[in-house]
Amino acid sequence: MRTVLDFEKPIAELDANIEALKRITAEQGIDKSEEIAALERDRERLLREIFKNLTPWDRTLLARHPQRPYTLDYIRVIFDDFIELHGDRQFGDDGAIIGGMAWLNEKPVMVIGQQKGRDLKERQRRNFGMAKPEGYRKALRLMHLAEKFGRPVITFVDTPAADPGVESESRGISEAIARNLREMIALKVPIVAVVIGEGGSGGALGIAVADRVLMQEYAIYSVIPPEGCAAILWRDPKRAPEAAEALKLTAHDALCFGVVDEVIEEPLGGAHRDPLTAAQIVKEALLRHLPPLQKMAVSKLRESRYERYRNLGVWQSVLE
Amino acid sequence: MQRGWFARRSPAERVAMDEMNDAWVKCNGCQQILFARDFERNLKVCPRCGHHHRLSARERIALLADPDTFVERDAEVVSADPLGFPEYADKLNKGRANSGLPEAMVSGTCTLSGIPIVLAVADFAFMGGSMGSAVGEKVARAMEYALEQRLPIVTCSTSGGARMQEGLLSLMQMAKTCAAAARLHEAGIPFVSVLTDPTMAGVLASYASVGDVVIAEPGALIGFAGQRVAQQAQVVKPPPNFQTAEFQLEHGMVDIVVPRKELKHTLYRVLRFFTGG
Ligand SMILES: [Zn+2]
Repeated sequence: MRTVLDFEKPIAELDANIEALKRITAEQGIDKSEEIAALERDRERLLREIFKNLTPWDRTLLARHPQRPYTLDYIRVIFDDFIELHGDRQFGDDGAIIGGMAWLNEKPVMVIGQQKGRDLKERQRRNFGMAKPEGYRKALRLMHLAEKFGRPVITFVDTPAADPGVESESRGISEAIARNLREMIALKVPIVAVVIGEGGSGGALGIAVADRVLMQEYAIYSVIPPEGCAAILWRDPKRAPEAAEALKLTAHDALCFGVVDEVIEEPLGGAHRDPLTAAQIVKEALLRHLPPLQKMAVSKLRESRYERYRNLGVWQSVLE
Repeated sequence: MQRGWFARRSPAERVAMDEMNDAWVKCNGCQQILFARDFERNLKVCPRCGHHHRLSARERIALLADPDTFVERDAEVVSADPLGFPEYADKLNKGRANSGLPEAMVSGTCTLSGIPIVLAVADFAFMGGSMGSAVGEKVARAMEYALEQRLPIVTCSTSGGARMQEGLLSLMQMAKTCAAAARLHEAGIPFVSVLTDPTMAGVLASYASVGDVVIAEPGALIGFAGQRVAQQAQVVKPPPNFQTAEFQLEHGMVDIVVPRKELKHTLYRVLRFFTGG
């Protein structure tokens, strides 16, 4: 079942009309090419119009779109010879975070990312992309492996949050995330993070401390889900669209705050309409950002990563 | 706890004092009515059930710093409202009025039983001790100063987590404080993290969890997800002591659970291990 968001409905209707005309052409041999072309022009105009005026809440829904490409979809297109590696060597293997060795245009890289599921069964296996301590510890193990052999790290961020359950608490979810933050800051190889969907608070940050943070146009990055924010602010989760506005969670906001270094364009109408092109644009961005980082001396790389995070935040100096 | 053991009382403390003028307080743990003077003398720990009531930052500093040795640093760093977030300006004003502090974190230097240290203490009365840009900046500066002076650092956290009203910028304070902690780690500067009631979410999942030694106060609420979120997500039924200091100790996330009256001496013994000999 394809999901169609409310604001996508006019486009879905046009799509259905175009499909119908194409069927007539195929089945009855009647030439409808002019009508089809006209509808396709309308469709493109409509797409441009709708996607020019998206609210932060629309973007939140797009970031969570069930057809949106996930980490493995990007890995398949962007990299060659991906070998998935499993387990944290302490407790188990977390399906919500995947990682492994891969090649980016003839260069070896370590790839790590949060993975959501496509169908109900996979969603459960991947815990809806909500990683447990063993997921963060697996990620860190792979980062240290990359460091040992001088391979850069590329992470894909897409999670509603870290897993909040009893088991995760028992195994130290906070400690696992905190340790990743401390270790990633000091890692001796370049790290590039790409926010491809939901950048859900500490759960996202736990694999997103990097030299360059890139973010897709319709991804979001937030300290709290808009629903949770609305529940706290107004005791009403239904006011999430207002909260999404207040939280400034869009890619453009993240760029303005300096949290993100580049917003990666998506195909017209969002990555889910053309996953292949979306992945190619991400690949092109990675190929632009990675080589300069690989040329930097390790000390310089670590120094500038420290400064990058040290300087984030807005406060004021008031002398009493 | 002697009368006037801390010089400046915040409005929140004054309200508490006014209540105590009636000479009685009610314990939040056992609900027993206690003689206020006994309660104060017992460092706000219930003499009957042992419940540890929250201390303000000033009270905590008075508990740990040797008399007249605390010198505050970075007091000028306070919150802005970078997102123009609804009601944030009001909440900041209320936080100031409630705590008598300009920000949710007080940091500086002092000696602890003669050992010079950097001390950073959060105050729950200021917006639930939440970490926004200013708090993150103060923690990072305290750690950088500890590194520069090669002094051990002790942090005392009490916080609901990252401060929602500064959005993504608050989230980034988790990385910022851990970045500073990474430098302490590499330089071998001792960092002791004291978790007091409550230490949650973005604070627990950042600097508060990466101390060389992690100490918690008895009964303190310590956990990742807020109770409401955690309850909703539960597949496994939480045990009765879920997200307490004792639960975290049992699961290996905390080194020691220390009653308040032994906290200073325990810190002294830990710091002496790192710096003495
Ligand atoms: Zn009691």
